Amino acid sequence: MTEDVRDQALRGALLQRSDLWKAAAERARRLMSGRAHDVTDAMRMIDDYRLLAHDLARARRLMPNSRAREFLEAAYAQAHTTLHKPVAHIGYALWSLFRDQIPEAIRWLRPHIVWVALLFIISILAGGWMVHTYPDLIGLFASPDLIATVERGELWTEGMLNVVPSSVLSVQILTNNIVVSLFAYCAGFLFGLGTFYIVGLNGMMLGAIFMFCRQHGLDHKLLEFIVAHGCVELSVMVLSGAAGAAVGEALIRPTTMRRSQSFQIAALRTSKVLVACVLLLIGCGFIEGYISPDPDFPFWARVVVGVSYWLFMVSLLRGYPLGRSRSNRPIEA
Amino acid sequence: MAHAADSLVVDSVTGVDVSLEVAGTGARSLAFLIDLLIRTILVTAWYVVATLIYNGRLSLQTPDDPDGTWYLYVATPATLIYLLYHTVLEIGMRGRTPGKRMAGIRIVTRNGSPPGVAAQLVRNVFRLIDSFPVGYGVGLFTCLVTRDHVRVGDLAAGTLMIYENRNTLAARSLPVSAGDRPIDIAALELAGELLERWNTLESSARVRLARSVIERATGSAPDASADETALRAQLERLARPARMEGAPS
Repeated sequence: MTEDVRDQALRGALLQRSDLWKAAAERARRLMSGRAHDVTDAMRMIDDYRLLAHDLARARRLMPNSRAREFLEAAYAQAHTTLHKPVAHIGYALWSLFRDQIPEAIRWLRPHIVWVALLFIISILAGGWMVHTYPDLIGLFASPDLIATVERGELWTEGMLNVVPSSVLSVQILTNNIVVSLFAYCAGFLFGLGTFYIVGLNGMMLGAIFMFCRQHGLDHKLLEFIVAHGCVELSVMVLSGAAGAAVGEALIRPTTMRRSQSFQIAALRTSKVLVACVLLLIGCGFIEGYISPDPDFPFWARVVVGVSYWLFMVSLLRGYPLGRSRSNRPIEA
Repeated sequence: MAHAADSLVVDSVTGVDVSLEVAGTGARSLAFLIDLLIRTILVTAWYVVATLIYNGRLSLQTPDDPDGTWYLYVATPATLIYLLYHTVLEIGMRGRTPGKRMAGIRIVTRNGSPPGVAAQLVRNVFRLIDSFPVGYGVGLFTCLVTRDHVRVGDLAAGTLMIYENRNTLAARSLPVSAGDRPIDIAALELAGELLERWNTLESSARVRLARSVIERATGSAPDASADETALRAQLERLARPARMEGAPS
């Protein structure tokens, strides 16, 4: 028998299995769309995957330009996607995220957190020094309305609740903070420079405004306003900056063969920290909307709120609320 | 994992690689525009209905001094629908949105599987960069210059877009039908061998052997009136089943 005749016979045998392919494709579609929860179906999918792979390999050789091969390519790709679909256990995923993945990411980010915190502190000092030495420079950091209010001896936060209700204020503040935090992270894509710019600018603004308030005897009032929410808010700023810096470093000094792969690994690893940052900023928004502008809250109560929330943040980032302890830590390579 | 022209080839445990066709900038833009349209309709619909309920009369006028209720029930949900449309739908629909579905594309990771929640979140967070300076300028530029037509968000999340519509269409257009009767491979081989030796055989032997092989292959005896030429033609058809059923596309 010649090779041509044998191939023709094989083609015939292959095409005879078309009903099996159709059944496999239909089963894959059902499983993918979540309309099938039958264990038998799921088990048969594994056999289908082998069958389709086997037949596709033959079809690629025997009839590369046929519609049968196209069908097999499509059915095989569909079966591959179905079999490799990630398992969706939302409860377990969240538990694992907060118990293990965020603490791991934070540990990995430690050097970046230290350096970004240092940059933030230096920026605050620089901003304060600039306004202390050249008071007119406050115009670079604050709006004319804010400057005029402080020069009248008032803080711009006074009477805030008379203008906007707490609920609205909270939503506006938390949205703004989340956007700034995400920007600080994403800007790391510019080889970390964007992150440094955002962190540095925010630090300088804080230092400059604090110094400006001090020059007008309002520094204690400002501290009173920010202490409840500021402890966590500023820490989150540093955290998202550290995540952005890690992304930037991955591009500058790739840890893998390809820069894009290194970027991807860093982005996925640090994204977990951002989830915690967003949640913490939502809490900050509510504190800033309900507690910080309310004159009825005494200073000591604000300090207690601020410090308690900060301690909660630290324990959350270490995974303690979900039962993680030092003994749970994986052995480092 | 390897790349052919505009396709992603993924290694598989079976040893047979999976070939996925990468969606281009045009398909991605089309999907984005459809989603933008849907998003705008949803936001407008929410705004109109919520404002009518808030005003308590047939008026869409925004209050001069909006209070907390207006912000919480009218403005905030409309903003959330607009901002979280992609994130929520892509996670819920496993890498699809209505726009992507209509454009026939979906998001996959580089191993061909649907992306996980972390990858989806990263992909959407980086929209902040992709949307710079206006009209997704950065995203469009990176789509045009990268091999897989991906934006910065895809680079960060390790995802890309593939066509799925074409695959589905191919699945529906399978032309083969084996029928109830199994094909006798040995009979087909005999038919091939007989055709090869056709000219070396005597006429009576050709007719006798051809009738025997055809009867075995098809399950029924050929027409008694069929001559030598008709029998040869029938044998040739039998020996080329792939050409008959799996017609080239």
